[in-house]
Amino acid sequence: MILATTAPLRAAGLVLRRDLALAFRRWEQVTHPVVFFLMVATLFPLALNPKPSLLADIAAGVVWVSALLSSMLALETLYRADVEDGTLEQLTLTGQPLALLLLAKTVAHWILSGLPLVLAAPVVAIAFGADAAANAVLMTAIALGTAVLSLIGSVGAALTLGSRRGSVLLSLLVLPLIMPVLIFGARATALAMHGESAEGPLWLLGALLILALTLTPFASAAAVRISLE
Amino acid sequence: MADAVDAHLVADHLHLWRGQRHVLRGLYVEARAGEFIHLKGANGTGKTSLLRTLAGFLWPEEGEIRWCGQPVGRDRDGYAVAMAYLGHENALKGDLTALENLHYATNLRHATPQSAQRAVLERLGVAAQADLPTRVLSAGQKRRVAMARVLLSRATLWLLDEPFTNLDTQGVTDLAALVAEHTRQGGIALVTSHAAIALAEGQVRELVLA
Repeated sequence: MILATTAPLRAAGLVLRRDLALAFRRWEQVTHPVVFFLMVATLFPLALNPKPSLLADIAAGVVWVSALLSSMLALETLYRADVEDGTLEQLTLTGQPLALLLLAKTVAHWILSGLPLVLAAPVVAIAFGADAAANAVLMTAIALGTAVLSLIGSVGAALTLGSRRGSVLLSLLVLPLIMPVLIFGARATALAMHGESAEGPLWLLGALLILALTLTPFASAAAVRISLE
Repeated sequence: MADAVDAHLVADHLHLWRGQRHVLRGLYVEARAGEFIHLKGANGTGKTSLLRTLAGFLWPEEGEIRWCGQPVGRDRDGYAVAMAYLGHENALKGDLTALENLHYATNLRHATPQSAQRAVLERLGVAAQADLPTRVLSAGQKRRVAMARVLLSRATLWLLDEPFTNLDTQGVTDLAALVAEHTRQGGIALVTSHAAIALAEGQVRELVLA
């Protein structure tokens, strides 16, 4: 019998489609990060002074802190279900490059947890009275930032698979590594909101994304193999 | 199964430690094409550890595993393609139907037409459940769908950890016959089970871990 072995890219596409199909059958879990994001962002004006000039000043920071917190919250779900039902084990036995399959899982995870934030961020920014002209920069920056977070987070999530109380450990691992994302992202947004060019920090975010894209899948694959022991 | 003739698995003096426990102590197992090996032993004697080591999840402290004469570490992906592993967990997504589960699991390895997937489900007696989400299936039916994945894997080496769990009496007999058929065609099967495997004398080799 001639074995028509699946090409690695097609295999990655299958993993991506499977995770999206699963998510659409569990819609309430998918909306969790974006609901959390909107909730945290709404609490700031209530806790601080709802003066329009103050809100416009803090808009960039609020959007970024809420977005990073909520996508970090979602990180924990990246591999958990697959470990519990044994599908992650099977994924390592397909003969396909594991790094590529995990990258596909991470992309699916970003589409479900990061992309909704990209779409919700301008709404929050405008509600805070920020200049709508900065929306394009804000969305680009959030898209780049959450993608970097998902990629770095996938390594953290893979490393903490084996531990029972992995979520605290996961935050401790990932938080220091994503500080540059927060700094450059918030800076780009603040610059754009003040009508200045945000090109510099955006390029830096892009560089971080490329760095994460090329390195983290291999680290995740190694971490998953260790954690499955 | 083009290379089934040469199929040959050797676990050469494996030593495995789990924390402070010395689980496998210089274990030597050899399996040739056509062999059906029934792994027996009391709870905690390392049956699952042995299968997980053979599947490549655990790394033995000493000894090596050779597949067709080559250490498996040299070509992990090639070994993975030749091997199908059924663990304690069924590796099924409860929200996907039985067919969808098979679709995603088997197409990751090689293109499998849906008709072949339906045929295997029918053989295992779960054809009527093909389009139901697997979470509504009974434990035994889930086990059968998981076994369908192994059948569709086209692997030579089957590592089955308690495949008979939750199956009814008829299911146990049918599954044992399926595994025996696989080994007759040149495959190798290592099966852990506490129950006796109801097959004719000489078809199954017993290996007792202590």
